[in-house]
Amino acid sequence: MSQTEPVAGSMTSSLFDASSRTVRLLADEHIALAVENLDLYYGSAQALKSINMQIAAKRVTAFIGPSGCGKSTLLRCFNRMNDLVDICRITGQIRLHGDDIYAKGVDTAELRRRIGMVFQKPNPFPKSIYENVAYGLRLQGVKDRRVLDEAVERSIKAVGLWNEVKDRLQSNAFGLSGGQQQRLVIARAIAIEPEVILLDEPSSALDPISTAKIEELIDELKAKYTIIIVTHNMQQAARVSDYTAYMYLGELIEYQDTMRLFTAPSEKATEDYITGRYG
Amino acid sequence: MKDWWKSGAPWIWLNGGAVTLSMIMVFGLLLLILVRGFGTFWPHGVFTTTYSLPGAEPVSVVGQLRRSETLTAAALRDARVPIPEDRLLVTRHLVKMGNRDVTGKDFGYFIDDFMSPWEYPQQVTVLERREWGDFFGMPLQLLEVGNPVASGDALWPEFQQRLRRSNELFDEIRSIERGAIGRVNFGIERVRLDRRRAELRNSLTADLEAELARRLETLQADYKVLETRLNALYQDAARDSIVLRVADGREVTVRLADIVKSWQPNNMSVAAKIAFYVKDFFDFIFGYPREANTEGGIFPAIFGTVTMVLVMSVIVTPFGVLAAIYLREYAKQGALLKTIRISVYNLAGVPSIVFGVFGLGFFVYIVGSSIDGAFFPEALPAPTFGTPGLFWASLTLALLTLPVVIVSTEEGLARIPSTIREGSLALGATKSETLWRVVVPLATPAMMTGLILAIARAAGEVAPLMLVGVVKLAPTLPIDGNFPFVHLERKIMHLGFHIYDVGFQSPHAEAAEQLVYATALILVLLIVVLNLSAITIRNHLREKYRAEGD
Repeated sequence: MSQTEPVAGSMTSSLFDASSRTVRLLADEHIALAVENLDLYYGSAQALKSINMQIAAKRVTAFIGPSGCGKSTLLRCFNRMNDLVDICRITGQIRLHGDDIYAKGVDTAELRRRIGMVFQKPNPFPKSIYENVAYGLRLQGVKDRRVLDEAVERSIKAVGLWNEVKDRLQSNAFGLSGGQQQRLVIARAIAIEPEVILLDEPSSALDPISTAKIEELIDELKAKYTIIIVTHNMQQAARVSDYTAYMYLGELIEYQDTMRLFTAPSEKATEDYITGRYG
Repeated sequence: MKDWWKSGAPWIWLNGGAVTLSMIMVFGLLLLILVRGFGTFWPHGVFTTTYSLPGAEPVSVVGQLRRSETLTAAALRDARVPIPEDRLLVTRHLVKMGNRDVTGKDFGYFIDDFMSPWEYPQQVTVLERREWGDFFGMPLQLLEVGNPVASGDALWPEFQQRLRRSNELFDEIRSIERGAIGRVNFGIERVRLDRRRAELRNSLTADLEAELARRLETLQADYKVLETRLNALYQDAARDSIVLRVADGREVTVRLADIVKSWQPNNMSVAAKIAFYVKDFFDFIFGYPREANTEGGIFPAIFGTVTMVLVMSVIVTPFGVLAAIYLREYAKQGALLKTIRISVYNLAGVPSIVFGVFGLGFFVYIVGSSIDGAFFPEALPAPTFGTPGLFWASLTLALLTLPVVIVSTEEGLARIPSTIREGSLALGATKSETLWRVVVPLATPAMMTGLILAIARAAGEVAPLMLVGVVKLAPTLPIDGNFPFVHLERKIMHLGFHIYDVGFQSPHAEAAEQLVYATALILVLLIVVLNLSAITIRNHLREKYRAEGD
């Protein structure tokens, strides 16, 4: 895989050309994922219309928009979760570091190892905390206890859960609180060292304190991972993301630096939505 | 009234009434079985009385009251019983008199009016015999090789001691017959089969012939030793006998070797009766049947039922689970799948005897015969698997209960939240990895539910089993110490069939009645135990895979 150069400079530095009216293009070395002319149909209904965008590597990109605008559908295109829906049909391309992920012969399991995902509701497996985190590695055939121990510890520490669970790694993951479960699920995702992490409304089922912890965590994780987050919460998008895409009815309306999108949106529709005049 | 009608109250009463009626029926059934079943083993008192029917010689009666009933006098007069004209209702007693071999009739109806007051003499002794049922009488004398050794007060303790000795001898005889001689017979049969197999393969060399002859010789020598020992034991056991006076004054000699146990019910304290009761209950559960199943225990039937249900579980669980996984997870949803599913569900509604016919026609005659031809040619023409047996009974029941397991497992799989599957897929698991590592473990409680239902259905099934492997009396248990230990081809006994057999096929209907209740009780208890253990396992699994808010 062709990893992009680590992005130099502070996290606030923009990779976009701020003078452009609605920027969707990045310099090649900063691109983790590139979406080109993506159309998606559920049966005969079109859910995504001609999406073109590029996702910056090792940055946080947020998708916002009203319910049913297609932001989760788009997110699920990145790790081909939509393949599970029988009636779903896709045209166009998504490239991960240049390779088309919808090309023939792409192993979806392998793809999903490179692009991890965290869902809206915490979904730990009915196993111990340890086995939850080790699950992805075991799938890859890792059996060495030392390697597993180390990966589990590293991942759980990365999500700041270590002190809370280190004494009960062998107890059932369902015994954790919702916020802890969600962090465990993130630990599970990063245990297999993906390149991209997709977060589908990761804190919408959590209380404010757990939400704050998740947001802190996102901020830490972007040093190593490309993160895409779908959120209903505009404050959250503003807090955690570097770039924000506003979607409406299956179309990408505006894609901008977060700061700029929330302070000086170029599109009237975006402004209406973020100021609450939508609908 | 109209308001009341409109208020919906009648509906509530109707529904409540239906529930009440169902509960009464269920609890009535359980109560009847419990009372009659547990009542079987109580050592009821033995009374003596003189029965003087007008126009007939007075006879003296010794026996136990089995039950009493009140009849109209007219009905009895129709049956030519001379009831005085002024009576409208009369009470009639069913009395167990035992001594089937002495008097030819061990139960009798007696009308209360013609009986002298009942007395309960302390000395009346009940003997449970290996043949001919119970014996009632007054002990007079204990004999050793025909010579009196004890009478009067010394008789009872001496009798008990000698009876214990006789029973020990009998146990030894039984263990030699069932165990050692059984092993020798098994070995001789082995030799015969080995020779026949070699003959069929044209590999019967002189060496082998000599080897087989040597084995046979050893076995026959073993048998000689056992036979000598057995004869000695039989002779020894025949030493003592006891003389008792029966109701009509005759004196009857009973060999101690023929007696299982003895008690004097009128001379027992409540504690002694309870101890007797418990022992009798255990003897019933762990004993072997005698006298065409109307006496003795039901151990082979319990053992057969449990073994059959276990073998069935071993067969039905993997089949049902795999089929359900395919139907739910892999098969393309469509008209064909719908048809298959409806067919599977409707299998549960097919009368069980039809499964029995199928099991006999297909499993036993076609599959079984093919197996015999391919793997057991040396035993032919005697069939090994080509005859009803444990394996075919279990397989037929597995077929019968397959829909239950499939339906439960499918429902369990459908209940697993899609987020869990997606979580696994998102970590790079393939569909089958997701299934076997996450989904199937989560669905195990549902599979256990299916298995519980299957066990409950299978353990109570009788009709199909009569065709595919259950018999009135099986000479051997399906599991024993002879290689390969589990004998799937053997015929088995079964509690459900035992009830039918004892209750309706037995020559002594009155004697069998109590055993029917007792066996029914054991069957119910057995199903409860099987279900409880399965439910315990399921709850344990549920606890293990407990999901939040579940």
